[in-house]
Amino acid sequence: MSAEYGGEVDTPHLTPPVSERDHAAGEPNAPVTLVEYGDYECPHCGHAYPIIKSVQHRMGKKLRFVFRNFPLAESHPHARHAAEAAEAAAAQGKFWQMHDALFENQDRLEDEDIVEIAKRLKLDANAVDAALADGTYTSRVREDFRSGVRSGVNGTPTFFINGQRYDGSWADEDGFVRALERAAKAGTGAGR
Amino acid sequence: MRTSLIAVGIFSANNEDLMSDNQATTQKVLSAGTEAPDFTLKATPDRSVTLRELRGKPVVLAFYPADWSPVCSDQMALYNEILPEFEEQGAQIFGVSVDGAWCHRAFSESRKLRFPLLADFEPKGAVSRAYGAYNDSGVSERALFVLDANGVIRWSYLSPMGKNPGADGILAALERLTPEQRGAKAGASAGASASQTSGSDGRGSSAKDAGAAT
Repeated sequence: MSAEYGGEVDTPHLTPPVSERDHAAGEPNAPVTLVEYGDYECPHCGHAYPIIKSVQHRMGKKLRFVFRNFPLAESHPHARHAAEAAEAAAAQGKFWQMHDALFENQDRLEDEDIVEIAKRLKLDANAVDAALADGTYTSRVREDFRSGVRSGVNGTPTFFINGQRYDGSWADEDGFVRALERAAKAGTGAGR
Repeated sequence: MRTSLIAVGIFSANNEDLMSDNQATTQKVLSAGTEAPDFTLKATPDRSVTLRELRGKPVVLAFYPADWSPVCSDQMALYNEILPEFEEQGAQIFGVSVDGAWCHRAFSESRKLRFPLLADFEPKGAVSRAYGAYNDSGVSERALFVLDANGVIRWSYLSPMGKNPGADGILAALERLTPEQRGAKAGASAGASASQTSGSDGRGSSAKDAGAAT
């Protein structure tokens, strides 16, 4: 039990809700929206990455998946640039390709590694490189981070199912799918 | 031997009660509207922090059970990551536990923390007790306090021991502070009084500043 005095704080819920500014995969009108606040250099997020892939596959059209940046830059020196690189890739229409490639290369995330990945993904690698150098997406990544703090993210990865923070285990894939199925049945609606 | 075993049994039973339901115990963290008890605690082996001297800006006190335990580390690491958000609100944050100053130093260096950890070490847990944030198992509770610029508690929160309370409650409480509670309006005078209390060696410069202002 907890006790609080001097103001109300609801159970953590997603602030702001999912919108057009987010990177979303899956059906826009899916009954369940899963949001991850993640860090490309965080080993736990790396561990969650294939689990999420599998969950997406299992849920099919019932699931929309959204990724928001929560780089823990004090512990992970490459996390912020990695997040900015994914945003730079998004500007070229390849957010998810970069997202996947970053997680698949977690232990090699120096700027030159990221540029190599960009080349491999047939992106305009110079543009990605320049975006990192100029900090083009620094504020965008910061906005995600702030929204995470406001939403009650206290580590990575943190998940929200239809806007409610999911405090259960994501490492237990079956349990995770059950929680998502329950949310789908409850029909709390998309767009949360 | 036998008696000590029994004693341990009783002790751990009490512990479980405390862990499972903080509200069932008589202790309660100090609530909003209460003046924050003053203290002087070591921030490093050779530097102390006195709460009263921080008047003029909001202060966040994050009591936590222990350095090095995994959940605390996440909590303190999170505060370290979001320091810019606290700074934007003009607030100074302190972690407080019963660990000694040398232990804090090692922990802080290991986690690259950029905010002070205060040692509620001697007499052990005295400040935690004053805030109603001491657990009879011998450590501070995981309790959060937001103090306004006048040293009055504006928000407090007692979190379950094993759970990282995050920062959303703290930030929301800081945002709710009125300009006066932030010390914004009385910024200049609050600054002057802070430098006066900061020690005799600061007086020369603060007198000069005041002279320049008039």
